Amino acid sequence: MVRSPAPPGPGADERSWSGQDGGARGPPPGRGALRRAIGLRGGAREDQGARDRVKIHEYQAKEILRKFGVAVPRGYLAVTPLEAEGAARQLGGGICAVKAQIHAGGRGKGGGVRLARSPDEARQHAEAMLGMMLKTSQTGPDGQQVRKVYLEEGCRIARELYLGMTLDRDVGRLAVMASVEGGVDIEEVAAQHPERILREWISPLTGLMPFQARRLAFGLGMQGDSVGAFVRFATGLYNAYVATDASLAEINPLVITVGGDVLALDAKMNFDDNALYRHPDIAAMRDPDEEDPKEAAAREYDLSYITLDGDIGCMVNGAGLAMATMDVIQLSGGAPANFLDVGGGADEEKVTAAFKIILSDPHVKAVLVNIFGGIMKCDVIANGIVAAAKQVGLSIPLVVRLEGTNVELGKDILAHSELAITPADDLGDAARKVVQAARAA
Amino acid sequence: MSILVDRNTRVLIQGITGSAGSFHGEQMLAYGTQVVAGVTPNRGGTRFQGTVPIFHTVSDAVRETGADAAAIFVPPPAAADAIIEAAEADIPLIVAITEGIPVLDMVRVRRFVESRPGSRLIGPNCPGVITPGQCKIGIMPGHVHRPGHVGVVSRSGTLTYEAVKQLTDLGLGQSTAVGIGGDPVHGTDFVDVLRAFEADPETEAVIMIGEIGGGEEERGAAFVRDHMTKPVVGFIAGRTAPPGKRMGHAGAVISGGAGTAAAKIAAMREAGITVVDGPHLLGRAMKDALGRRGKPKPLPVTTGKRPAPAPPPKKGAASRGASPPQRGGKATKKAAKGERE
Repeated sequence: MVRSPAPPGPGADERSWSGQDGGARGPPPGRGALRRAIGLRGGAREDQGARDRVKIHEYQAKEILRKFGVAVPRGYLAVTPLEAEGAARQLGGGICAVKAQIHAGGRGKGGGVRLARSPDEARQHAEAMLGMMLKTSQTGPDGQQVRKVYLEEGCRIARELYLGMTLDRDVGRLAVMASVEGGVDIEEVAAQHPERILREWISPLTGLMPFQARRLAFGLGMQGDSVGAFVRFATGLYNAYVATDASLAEINPLVITVGGDVLALDAKMNFDDNALYRHPDIAAMRDPDEEDPKEAAAREYDLSYITLDGDIGCMVNGAGLAMATMDVIQLSGGAPANFLDVGGGADEEKVTAAFKIILSDPHVKAVLVNIFGGIMKCDVIANGIVAAAKQVGLSIPLVVRLEGTNVELGKDILAHSELAITPADDLGDAARKVVQAARAA
Repeated sequence: MSILVDRNTRVLIQGITGSAGSFHGEQMLAYGTQVVAGVTPNRGGTRFQGTVPIFHTVSDAVRETGADAAAIFVPPPAAADAIIEAAEADIPLIVAITEGIPVLDMVRVRRFVESRPGSRLIGPNCPGVITPGQCKIGIMPGHVHRPGHVGVVSRSGTLTYEAVKQLTDLGLGQSTAVGIGGDPVHGTDFVDVLRAFEADPETEAVIMIGEIGGGEEERGAAFVRDHMTKPVVGFIAGRTAPPGKRMGHAGAVISGGAGTAAAKIAAMREAGITVVDGPHLLGRAMKDALGRRGKPKPLPVTTGKRPAPAPPPKKGAASRGASPPQRGGKATKKAAKGERE
């Protein structure tokens, strides 16, 4: 059920609330998977690497942060308007914020964050939000359905700041970033006013040191009790990050209240999926409603898959080769429908699963399989492709480019398969052929 | 000659009794690599394939066999421990093949390895290192390689194999091929390997294969511009990957806008590197680059057979067996890191 968001009402604190969540939030779904793809390939456990990065909701991130002593406003989750009204009463019945819980940023601008002055109003806002397709700059054109809202007590905001923590891969250490430009898109700040972003790098030997947090606090223009509050806040954030194997923690905005308190008004955390085995509690926070079903299905088979918007399905072994295949398809005038790394194994079971996932995308008009057979020989791979194509009843053009060990045997198997497989010699040839096939389809 | 590994390299395999370790251990032996020891806790005193002695600990294995390189096939939860154990034993070359090590584990590992100037880490999540016909440490298909004079360095496994296969098919052998791995936090980087190739008299040209993300290719390009005399041919994967699906917002901020394919390609071209549009063009571009440069040296006849084993070095002297470029590489590793911090 699609409802248009109500225009924001007037109110003293409206500006502060609407200022939060201004686009500096999470990525569109799937970004983690590509980062995964970019980051990982070809190891000894090639079948173990193709999982998405884990994202959670704001209310869950705040739950974690609270445990580590990070100051967050009081809040309750609601899945019905009536629950929202009750939550608003629990918060004291005064001003509170009603915030849509989806895995995308820019909610404020899309009508996903609204201020309520009474429990009654909180219920109305929740009624409008629950079930709506919330469109933000990060959700894609259809938007994301709102299934939960989070109600949070209001506060009197003096300043809005930014605090973020992530890996700086160039030095192999965690970095903390802080800026006086809170509540806005931090990437824009970085591009236009890089001097307004303060950075501290953390040695794993010492962790975040109080002097580093103080340096940030003074750099942000804090004074008095706020400095100590900020040090406790940043230390708690660092402790939470390390204890949960996070990959990103972003507090935007971090607010200083009129009373001098330091509070996380919004919170975003992502986690390193490689470390999930030691954090079952975080694995359980995964929300299947927020994930692309094809990407979730791929994860079941340890395939690394990302939906793109073209019409040429791709199946490749190795993330680097998979990206290169997308590149050459585009250079040849086509558009890939997906990124898919089947890993080093590329056996019949995986290839079958990969075909099924690719073909579940109705936009796909032709498929390109590009495999380098190294330790696993091309004839084995060719047999797998033929069996898989027969099993899924492949009816659209299939271009296969095999290279590596026993490549002639492999090509022979494809040629005698009684399937309409177009063989290709190299990646350039393969891309030309599949682009042509997609155009003709 | 070659870089990092040669026929005298004495390899220890950590995790040799696991499925990946035993499969690839067998392949490495078949290629002719001197696998002198294995380490699996609680399996000490037994033998792998009836020949390779297995030890409980890395320090025991080094003391008894003089191993001077470690290949790590230990599963992710124990991999950080295994790498640090190897570095603590001062093994000069540690090749971590394991994929899926938690990033924060690698942050600590990298900090520790930086404090051990006698050890170099390659990987993790990499195909390994091979000097064709002499020594293979890793999971790459050995038989597509041929001895020769082109150095290969890459962040991607299959793209390395692609490049190597094209070179071999064109009659261009390889001095050494190094997969530096795709994880965000890893050991040896492009600059380290490029410096070693530049110093290696047998390497005449280099193929450099990068990917989007991070700033390593840009630093490699700056090294090529300022210090390399040998031709370099390159490729960057991911130039058409949709922006925004690239890396975290905070990550993009940290790298200061670096990391796009366009920025990398521009930096590489500016450094005089020939950058091709697809991986299928790498071999041909290298042939052209060498042709412009003059006639390449005749290639040695390839055998791929196991070389005569070198006599075991004196106990405790293993780490001295490193070849000069490797030592040079190590000294410059510190310098390169210093530039960054």
